[in-house]
Amino acid sequence: MSALRPRDLALFAVVIVLFVGTGMVQSWNVSLTILNMGLISAIMALGVNMQWGYAGLFNVGIMGFVALGGLGAVLVSMPPVGEAWAAGGLRVLAGLALGIATIVAAIAAWRRVPRWRGLVVLVVLLVGFFSFRAVFDGGVAMVEAVSPATSGYLGGLGLPVIIGWPVGGLLAAGAAWLIGKTALGLRSDYLAIATLGIAEIVIAVLKNEDWLARGVKNVIGLPRPVPYEIDLQGSDGFTQFAAEWGWDPITASTIAVKLAYAGLFAIVLAILIWLAQSALASPWGRMMRAIRDNEVAAEAMGKDVTRRHLQIFILGSAVCGLAGAMMTTLDGQLTPGTYQPLRYTFLVWVMVIVGGSGNNWGAVLGGFLIWWLWVQVEPLGALLMQAITAGMTDGTWLKDHLLDAVAHMRLLTMGIVLLLVLRFSPRGLIPER
Amino acid sequence: MEPLNALVTFANFVLVPATAYGAQLALGALGVTLIYGILRFSNFAHGDTMAFGTMGVILATWGLQAAGISFGPLPTALLALPVGIAVASALVLLTDRAVYRFYRGKRAVPVTFVIASLGVMFIYNGFTRFIIGPDDQQFSDGQRFIISARDFKELTGLDEGLALKTTQVITIVVALAVVIALFWFLNRTRTGKSMRAYSDNEDLALLSGINPEKVVVVTWLIVAALATVAGTLYGLDKTFKPFTYFQLLLPIFAAAIVGGLGSPVGAIAGGFVIAFAEVTITYPLKKVLGYALPEALEPDGLVQLLSTDYKFAVSFVILLIVLLFRPTGLFAGKSV
Repeated sequence: MSALRPRDLALFAVVIVLFVGTGMVQSWNVSLTILNMGLISAIMALGVNMQWGYAGLFNVGIMGFVALGGLGAVLVSMPPVGEAWAAGGLRVLAGLALGIATIVAAIAAWRRVPRWRGLVVLVVLLVGFFSFRAVFDGGVAMVEAVSPATSGYLGGLGLPVIIGWPVGGLLAAGAAWLIGKTALGLRSDYLAIATLGIAEIVIAVLKNEDWLARGVKNVIGLPRPVPYEIDLQGSDGFTQFAAEWGWDPITASTIAVKLAYAGLFAIVLAILIWLAQSALASPWGRMMRAIRDNEVAAEAMGKDVTRRHLQIFILGSAVCGLAGAMMTTLDGQLTPGTYQPLRYTFLVWVMVIVGGSGNNWGAVLGGFLIWWLWVQVEPLGALLMQAITAGMTDGTWLKDHLLDAVAHMRLLTMGIVLLLVLRFSPRGLIPER
Repeated sequence: MEPLNALVTFANFVLVPATAYGAQLALGALGVTLIYGILRFSNFAHGDTMAFGTMGVILATWGLQAAGISFGPLPTALLALPVGIAVASALVLLTDRAVYRFYRGKRAVPVTFVIASLGVMFIYNGFTRFIIGPDDQQFSDGQRFIISARDFKELTGLDEGLALKTTQVITIVVALAVVIALFWFLNRTRTGKSMRAYSDNEDLALLSGINPEKVVVVTWLIVAALATVAGTLYGLDKTFKPFTYFQLLLPIFAAAIVGGLGSPVGAIAGGFVIAFAEVTITYPLKKVLGYALPEALEPDGLVQLLSTDYKFAVSFVILLIVLLFRPTGLFAGKSV
């Protein structure tokens, strides 16, 4: 909680050296690309750290919340497809409303009906499900028939993409509420499995519901919060500015765009860190840690443990959703097919554990460090493999296999880093204080 | 109305595949539940243990095939099973030595083990991809069908066929044999009994002179065997792809929890519950209902309740229902 100590500052200095080194050895473009994703990773790690570090909640569904955030960005920023709305938009919405009404009715029946309630609930669910499908499927077919090659979905609201960031956070928060309501208060393993499941389901929905965000056809060309490189190259002011400094205008424009993104992300990260640090230092933060360290004692003091868990679970997931929306904005596209739990869930866990669970600065450090490593392991691994296989004759089976396998060094490295830190420095690089 | 055709169609597309899939899930869930019972943590590396063991089997199968050895009409992979089990056993024992034993000695909280198992998961995953690559591998050989759909139609004169794939029958037979052996071991042998005692009450078991390290080693050996068998059967029945095995984690955990974590009988029941629900709900039932109902009631649509891509949603919803109404699972497992 307290300010950073010299040792922590030294660790951050190492991160700076890594990024500057990348800029000098490889290129500044590469370095900034890693930095931008590093900023987003740091925010994800902050979110997970809230859940795990403050409250001890084991969430392995980060991928789902990140993807929901991305959906938020799409739904806010893309222009609405008027034709699709006219064709079947209202019918799709009506179908969804029917589905929600069914669930509400089933819950109400379960609570109110005095007799045969199992049967009543079952009937409500069956009738509701089939009427939902009857209304919904037709609408979906109509929407998806509208020029499927270019749109085939309802589109978004056509608002600036930055508004999509908090909306993405809200979507993730909604999903977290749903999960938290059922799985919190039970054993910790159950939350893990429930979150693992919801993440897979979110991805399945994004892949299959083409009317929502085009599924695996991907939404591309999201509006940007920063100018396009080509516009910069076309503007006289920018080219003159670049010429004065003796830069190539094309390189300068790509770097300027990346720097603009980095600036935006850094602002978000700074605000989040400030909020997280103040929260942790407040009575609320103390209560959270008290609950984490001894639930029974906290409960005896009159704290509503399950409610507080739900609260922090929603907050942390919202932060992950926010990061997901930022990531989709940075990529300029939503590609549900590329979401993989190893990359989006478990890698964030490595960041939190390595950085130091319970410490916001630790999580941020872990985000930068592990993301840098994740990207750089491949070129480093390739160098290593070339060194190993240098003695072998070209074209042998083993040499080709080893050189091909470099791509998989990442997973191995991450596993080893996680295990080493867990064993020899279980509290992480910047431990909780 | 043609009830017989309805039944055959249902058996062909739902009953038989779901039974085979259920057996595979049950074997997987048994591994998870045993680790949970004895070592007391949820092992996230289980899917990748399955993938690693299966990879051993595949490599050995290729070796045997190259040497010209085959198992007649049965898949060569069955001959290669012991190799895969040995490889997987060596791997998990090594992992236990290098990783888990340290935390056992410290009596660390379960979640530390779980996080360690995340690291192990990364490493196994990396190994598997490193050695065999991330792509699909077909390693099933021998006779494909015991009865093909056409033979069945000719044999019975029905309009619909019931195909029995060799791999499905093998799955069920092998799973049955493994489960019987496991229960015999747990209930009749001294080591098995000490395992159950250790699972029920660790302190009491230690007091009565049970060697915990031996129990742990035996557990890992059994788990490695179960995982390899489950993985090989799944790979024979469908196809081997490391990522698919990782994704099996969800239905397997769902099965173990639905049955009651820590309860072997529950794991088997849970496996079948999940498998049947998944297959029934994601299969288009139009044909079955078309035969089963009077013509007037025949459905127009596919009657596919959910698209196959939502099979995870099925395991998940069942899991949620069980968590809400019976948090300890069908066969009251542990609720630590």
